[in-house]
Amino acid sequence: MKLLVTFSRKEGKKPIIAQVVRDTGVLVNVERAIIDSHEGEALIDIPDESCRVVKERLTDLGAAVRILEDEIVRDESECIDCGACIGICPQEVFSFDEDFRIRMDARKCILCGRCIEVCPHRALSRRGAI
Amino acid sequence: MRKTIQEINERIREGNARVVTAEEMPRIVEELGEEGALAEVDVVTTGTFGAMCSSGCFFNFGHADPPIRMEKVWLNDVEAYAGIAAVDAYLGATEKSTTREENYGGAHVMEDLVSGRSVELRAISRGTDCYPRRTLTTEILLESCNQAIMVNPRNGYQKYNAAANSGDRVLYTYMGMLLPSIGNVTYSGAGVLNPLANDPKLRLIGPGVPCFLGGAEGMVIGEGTQASPATGFGTLMVTGNLKEMNTEFLRAATMTGYGVTLYVGLGVPIPVLDIETVRCTAVRDEDIWVDVIDYSVPSRSRPSLARVNYAMLRSGKVEIGGEEVRTSSLSSFSRARMVAAELKKWVEGGRLVLTLPTRRLDPTRRAEPMRETVQGPRVVQIMQHRVPTIGEDEHIREAAARLLKGETNHLPVVNEEGVLVGIVTTYDISKAVVNPGKGNYVRDIMKRRVITTTPDEPVDVAVRKLEKYNISALPVVDREMHVIGILTAMDLGKLFGGRWLK
Repeated sequence: MKLLVTFSRKEGKKPIIAQVVRDTGVLVNVERAIIDSHEGEALIDIPDESCRVVKERLTDLGAAVRILEDEIVRDESECIDCGACIGICPQEVFSFDEDFRIRMDARKCILCGRCIEVCPHRALSRRGAI
Repeated sequence: MRKTIQEINERIREGNARVVTAEEMPRIVEELGEEGALAEVDVVTTGTFGAMCSSGCFFNFGHADPPIRMEKVWLNDVEAYAGIAAVDAYLGATEKSTTREENYGGAHVMEDLVSGRSVELRAISRGTDCYPRRTLTTEILLESCNQAIMVNPRNGYQKYNAAANSGDRVLYTYMGMLLPSIGNVTYSGAGVLNPLANDPKLRLIGPGVPCFLGGAEGMVIGEGTQASPATGFGTLMVTGNLKEMNTEFLRAATMTGYGVTLYVGLGVPIPVLDIETVRCTAVRDEDIWVDVIDYSVPSRSRPSLARVNYAMLRSGKVEIGGEEVRTSSLSSFSRARMVAAELKKWVEGGRLVLTLPTRRLDPTRRAEPMRETVQGPRVVQIMQHRVPTIGEDEHIREAAARLLKGETNHLPVVNEEGVLVGIVTTYDISKAVVNPGKGNYVRDIMKRRVITTTPDEPVDVAVRKLEKYNISALPVVDREMHVIGILTAMDLGKLFGGRWLK
């Protein structure tokens, strides 16, 4: 399961992900992280059964946590099944089915945004973003 | 055994023609043998659906009152070429909107019109006695145009090379996004279904032959621009009525960082007249080989990184230099299948009878590169030949002194052999003075990754590097990486009138 963790950097530089790993004993896989002077955002992958405990601990430490599900949206009327998204995706979210139509496994997505950029027909977008 | 086109058309009219798609043909030939396939199959339909930049449309808008001779025309702010006649214009697919840039272009205007949306027509003129009007703004619909005739100067590429990038930064090309260090391979084309791959000697595809274009019944006009069938890169010029097209087979697209293009479905039915036709239409993805071209080399003769066939490309992975690289198609195989299937329906239903080309296209044609009589400027013409350098073990203070003395902002760092190992700028030295913690020597503050140029590199390529890396100078090096000069942004002013610059 993927969690998007957003935390403020104002209260000093707490190693909150390391802290969570130590406190919960859950091994966290950081798939993407952007941290600048005032804010940090990390995309972490954890076993489904540990979701609740990790989420609670992160929240205790002052982070905002959102479970990521189906973040990438495909507009089927725009998609022409070319496959430009397939080779560019680092997570193999996209593949062809037996009829050479695009199959999407949005759960694997780490929100790198490359597919959105590369889609010639602007058929892909992030949920909630226009 | 041979069949005539009349016999085939007779069977089409009677509803007895056996029509198969080019994808089905290899298996039929395998099962029945060549003679058997010739007896069994009358028509093979092909199809492709990919980006065809070389697409466009002729319009006749009808006369306004008072009439205007349109000298410049815009459709939804996309300029169409109006140097034709009073109310005619040719809209190219790749022309960008003057207001929406890369997000909207000629291809989008065509898609909007085909989907029934209205488009703003704007025109200007100097006015004449016969055409006094000087400006015009109105909304038009596709149905209100007298003609909207698609003419694609180049379509139906026989095959197209695949693309990769061995460089160190992402490239944005008409072949899509190419990741650095050969991170991906992109390709285009329908392989087994491709019209010219099924008639590589241009025996049955040529002027006058009916085709499927964008959902409409179109026609092959003749040789496409840049046709090079002798090297396996034949192209076709095709036409069709935009008014009869539909968005299932005509789609505007944007290649990020490159521009606008049009995806258009094209298919040609091939009458199976003889054994030669059977052999050609038995082509499989495995038989169609292309090079994987390295787009990181900014030159016409880009090197090939590997030879691959369409079966490999379509498998999703190819091997380059012992590494597996993932492949992406830019054209749609599922839509190409739809084109071939639709065309099959048309022929089976007797809607389309076949014709032979009114004249044969030349299969020995070869596209030649441009012969340039005036070469563009090269780095050597404007670079500074005398360039102060510094060793990496020198003190920062010495570097500062040398920059001052040389009245320059860039100091290439070289080793004892004069080989480039880094660069320091006035900015690096100022930073070192303000934050002295990093060290006292050039090696402590220099940048080790230096973007360079060579004396014979075209200035346009060097300018692109300055822009892309957001830097203001490029050390000029020879093959052994000896520093022989420097090209700074200021040197570019030496180019006459700056006309090579943006």
